[in-house]
Amino acid sequence: MSALAVEAIDISKRFGARWAISRLSFSLAQGRSLLLTGHNGSGKTTLLRIISTAAFPTAGTLKVLGFDSKKERDSLRPSVALVSHASFHYEDLTAAQNLLLSAKFLGVKDPASSVKELLERMGLSSRADSAVRQFSAGMRKRLAIARLLMKAPKVALLDEPFGELDPAGSLQMEQLIRDLQAQGTSVVLATHLIEQGLSLTQERLHLEGGRKVSPT
Amino acid sequence: MTPKISLLTAAWLVLKKDWQIEWRTRARLTALIFFSGATLLLFSFAMGPDVTSLRAHAHGYLWLGLLFASVLSLGESFRIESENQALTGLVLTPVEPRAIFIGKVLGNASMLFALSLVLLPITIGLYDVDLTRVPHLLLLVLFLGTLGISAPGTVYSAISANARARDVMLPLLLFPVLVPLLLAAASATKLTFQPDPQDQLGSWLKLLIAFDLIYLSVGFLVFPKIAEED
Repeated sequence: MSALAVEAIDISKRFGARWAISRLSFSLAQGRSLLLTGHNGSGKTTLLRIISTAAFPTAGTLKVLGFDSKKERDSLRPSVALVSHASFHYEDLTAAQNLLLSAKFLGVKDPASSVKELLERMGLSSRADSAVRQFSAGMRKRLAIARLLMKAPKVALLDEPFGELDPAGSLQMEQLIRDLQAQGTSVVLATHLIEQGLSLTQERLHLEGGRKVSPT
Repeated sequence: MTPKISLLTAAWLVLKKDWQIEWRTRARLTALIFFSGATLLLFSFAMGPDVTSLRAHAHGYLWLGLLFASVLSLGESFRIESENQALTGLVLTPVEPRAIFIGKVLGNASMLFALSLVLLPITIGLYDVDLTRVPHLLLLVLFLGTLGISAPGTVYSAISANARARDVMLPLLLFPVLVPLLLAAASATKLTFQPDPQDQLGSWLKLLIAFDLIYLSVGFLVFPKIAEED
């Protein structure tokens, strides 16, 4: 197993005629965390999606935990989790049903008690049986985090994790990130809240037009 | 590391999830029943009061009703997957895309089969057909036909789910592929409603099974390419 959590070698990603990521190279050691910064449309979300294997580079090689993100995606996916702008939840299922479904797919032993514990941890116990359609944006974010925790990933990818959260939720999110790091999880964090992001990570990658640049 | 659950277990979970969503909302089946019921009613009015003529064409109208309803049903089936990018969420969980295909095909087929069962008494009422001749074979024809619609339907509804004109795109892609299956299904259904002096029903059933196997095999092979972004 490689000692690198993420290793991008000259990766590019094209959507139609537009290059969202252009000849990007960087690496992140296992257990270290990375802050992704950049303006809207700079390629942060695309990069997180590529690392998560939701998308693949048009050119170049991306290795995550030593696995080629395209060729060895099946081996990689159990170890990587993404919390994105899209929550990945079914609107017409309840919070508990959504989590239970993930738990069963993941082969979690005693899925019902895992779901109960996670909902409690994320402060969603009282709404366990409410359909996700009735949830606020903040509650959806908490549920998405619960899903990530269920997976216990080695690489956690968080796209604007503090967005839509109230101050208490934001503090809880910071603590969760620290807990993940304490367990040895590498966190890749994209946020516009740079000070908060810097306090949680050891490394920084600033993107402009899909290219790596020095932050100004 | 490989996924911890088998392909069939994952497919069963996808199917159960679809049933669970349908049971919570009950929106899809209700809409399908009204839509296809209205279609059958309009066809019977268009044909007029000639009972012989109604009986002679009932099989075709039943399958037209099912075909039109299938577009609504299949479109809705992948609308729930594209909302919140739930399909991507499943793939990243990770769930084997082929398990998603099997689960979705069975979910769509069970929905259309249930609809066909509801349409049978309506068909008796409107077209005066006799369903008691070979009811077990009629059910088999309906099952094979709805399964045959669902296999390519699942593939094409996944393709068109994120397209701008998805409501137009799905029937455009699906109907030409389904023509041979529908011919076989309608012919087999006719022979369950009416006498079969030349014993042709068995041949049509074999043809239906062959179409189902072809559609399922092709879908099984191509679905992973569709479920995942490049």
